[in-house]
Amino acid sequence: MRARHRGPFEEAPETRLSRLLPAIAIMLGSCVTIWPTIAEFPFLPPVGLLMLLAWRLIRADALPIWAPLALGLFDDLVSGQPLGLGIATWTMCFFMIDMIDERLMFRDFWQNWLIAAGGTAFYLVVGRLTAVRFGAPVDTVLLLQVLASIMLFPVISLLCAWLDRDYEPA
Amino acid sequence: MAPSNNRRPGFSRRAQYGVFWSYVFAVAGMLVGVILLALSYFDPSTFGAARTAVAEVTAPVSSGLSSVGRTVGAVPNGIGSYFMIHDQNIALRKQIADDHAVTMRARAINYENRRLKALLGLRERIGVPVVSARLVSSSPTSTRRFAILNAGSWQGVERGQPVLGPDGLIGQVVEAGPNTARVLLLTDPESSVPVRRTRDGLPALAVGRGDGLIDIRSVSNAAASFAPAEVFVTSGAGGVYPPNIPVAKILRHGRDIVLAEAVMRPNTLDFALVQRAFLPAPPRPVATPVAVTKP
Repeated sequence: MRARHRGPFEEAPETRLSRLLPAIAIMLGSCVTIWPTIAEFPFLPPVGLLMLLAWRLIRADALPIWAPLALGLFDDLVSGQPLGLGIATWTMCFFMIDMIDERLMFRDFWQNWLIAAGGTAFYLVVGRLTAVRFGAPVDTVLLLQVLASIMLFPVISLLCAWLDRDYEPA
Repeated sequence: MAPSNNRRPGFSRRAQYGVFWSYVFAVAGMLVGVILLALSYFDPSTFGAARTAVAEVTAPVSSGLSSVGRTVGAVPNGIGSYFMIHDQNIALRKQIADDHAVTMRARAINYENRRLKALLGLRERIGVPVVSARLVSSSPTSTRRFAILNAGSWQGVERGQPVLGPDGLIGQVVEAGPNTARVLLLTDPESSVPVRRTRDGLPALAVGRGDGLIDIRSVSNAAASFAPAEVFVTSGAGGVYPPNIPVAKILRHGRDIVLAEAVMRPNTLDFALVQRAFLPAPPRPVATPVAVTKP
C-alpha cells in the first residue's frame, strides 16, 4: 500500500522505534563496558551518561523526566559502580538541566558541552567518593577519565544527532 | 537552540497533572536512588544478586566477542610463527640443553625436600582446583577493579575463593551467580593480600591502589627497605590464598610502603584457575534444639 502523502506542515508519524530510539541508544552506550577487556585502571568514559546528556541537550522531549531512573539503574547493573549511583546522579543531572533551561533563553553547542562536562564530572566524582575509600590514590586516573569523557562528548553528540536525523519537530 | 518548554503542555488540566506527577515520581525515584547508594556505600555486597543476574546475560556476549577477537588475533601470529619456526627450533633446543643441569638439580632438591618433610611429619595442604574459566569482561568505567568470570556456582565457584592466572595471583571471588562470578582484582583499592618476600620471608601486605599498581606495606616492626625487582608471594596467612603464589614485583627503592606492579596481568586470553579457599572457615555450629520444659 502506498503511504499517504504528507502535507508540508504535518508532523512526522511517530513510530514505536523512534520513541524508543533514545533509550535503546543510551542502554547500548551503557553496554560498552561488556567489551572483553580487563581494565587495570578506569579508562573508559561513562558512555551511557554521555548519551543521556547528549539526547537531553539536543532534544528536550526525547526522554521523560523519569527516564534516567530506569536507565541509571540499568547502567549501575552493568558498570560495576555502586548501585544507586546512576539512579541518583543521572536524575539530578536532568533536574539541573531543567533548571538551566528555565534560566537560559538559548543554548548552543558550547553551552551544551559545558553542561555535559559538569554532569559527567559530577557523576564520576560522586562515584569515586562512594565506591572507594577516601585516601586511595585514584584521583589522577579519575582526572584523566573526566578529561577523556569531556573530550568524547562532541562525538557522542554528533552520533545522537545522526541517530535523530529523521525526527521532524512539530 | 531555544529550550522547548515542555513543562507547560497547554490548558489541559489532565496534561498538566501528568507533567506534575511525572516530576513527583522522578523526585521520589531520585530519593530512592540516594538511599540505595547509601546502602551500597555501607555494604558494597548488597544487590550482588541483581548485578550477577545481569552478568548472566552479558557474559556470553563478552565471551563471544572475545573468542572472535582471539580468532582474528591468532591469524598474524600464526603466519609469523610459520616463518620463524626454524630459528625458534634451534633456540629452543639450545635452551633445553642449557636447562638440563638445572632441572636435574631441582629434581634432586625436590626429592630431598619431600623426604625431609616426611621425616618431620608435616601435613601439607595443597590448593584444590575448582574450575578453570576465562575472565570475560571488567569494570572499565568504575574506580573499582572487578572482572567477570565465565563460571559460577553451578561449576562450584563460591564467594571467597582465590583466582589464579598462569603467572600469579589474579584476585578473589566476591559474588557468585549461577554461571558467572565477579572477581575482585588485586589492583582494586579495597583488595589486600598477605604476602612475604621470596628472599627472606619478610611479611607484608599487598594493597591495591586503583591505578593499575600495588602498594607493598611492611607489617614487621623493624623498618624494612625494598629494592626493585624483589618478588613477593602469598604467605598463606588468613587462609584465603594458598602460599607461594607470585603476587607483585617491587618497582623502585623505598622503605615501609613502596610501589609494586602485579606479576600477573589478567587479560581475556588466558584461562583463570579458581581454587578452593586454602583454609575455609569452619562450618557454623548447628543449633541443637533445646528441650523446653513447661513448669
